[in-house]
Amino acid sequence: MEPTLSQYLLVSGALFAIGLLGVIVRRNLLIIYMSLELMLNAANVALVAMSRFNEKAETALDGQVMVFFIITVAAAEVSVGLALIVALYRKRQTTDVADLATMKL
Amino acid sequence: MEGTLFNIFAGLTVLSALLVVANPFSRNPVTSALFLVTTMISISGLFVLLGAYFLAAVQILVYAGAVMVLFLFVIMLLDLREAARRKLNLVSLAMGIMAVGALFSVYKSSIESKYGEASQQQEVAADTGQAEVKMVGSTRALGQALFSGDKGFILPFEIVSILLLVAMVGVILLSRKEPR
Repeated sequence: MEPTLSQYLLVSGALFAIGLLGVIVRRNLLIIYMSLELMLNAANVALVAMSRFNEKAETALDGQVMVFFIITVAAAEVSVGLALIVALYRKRQTTDVADLATMKL
Repeated sequence: MEGTLFNIFAGLTVLSALLVVANPFSRNPVTSALFLVTTMISISGLFVLLGAYFLAAVQILVYAGAVMVLFLFVIMLLDLREAARRKLNLVSLAMGIMAVGALFSVYKSSIESKYGEASQQQEVAADTGQAEVKMVGSTRALGQALFSGDKGFILPFEIVSILLLVAMVGVILLSRKEPR
């Protein structure tokens, strides 16, 4: 039996929810960053699934092109974000977000 | 066959994503990073099932290769020891789980109302036309969609290449020893 679009979207939603939970609950900056990656990948799964079940031939690949660009931008974003984390660690010697609360009211 | 493979990959994706976020056996960030690799590989399995062969390869190359090496490199560079178990704020934990659970259930019910049982017949009808769309995610088709003709994506492609250059310069600037 072939899996349906709603099953793929459900997997994508579960992945997004897990990533959001990680961003909210975890305290380690690196693990928060990994959870952000999970959320980006949830969006990718949804886009590819939508593109697969798209019946119009002329727009059938648009979702995949979008995912292509998302992967590229995510790679750039990861490199900049990790450089920021390293710079922050040099200054403050911590990756716990509870210790990085100088801007908190 | 396809259904079994979908179940395996989907279960593996969700399970290892859960282990990235909340691993009951280890608080070590390296463990989380390695489970993130498992997640990426099973997502690329889902891409293969969806017929997006090029994206499956790119997913493994970029995520399981480049991004995860970067993550592991930074984790080991920072020499993070196993984080001391801080007192978790139970109220905020419960609130977070509740909020995310509510969001997921809203999403789930909206999917089921839009793409659920009612539209099942449509998909069965579409299945007959899907035999020739099967190879739609091959490298050649994706390249033609990206670069060809009036509806190509050449300008976004060039902008993304400049973005990568800017990111590279920014990373070098950020990670200099003495930022002026």
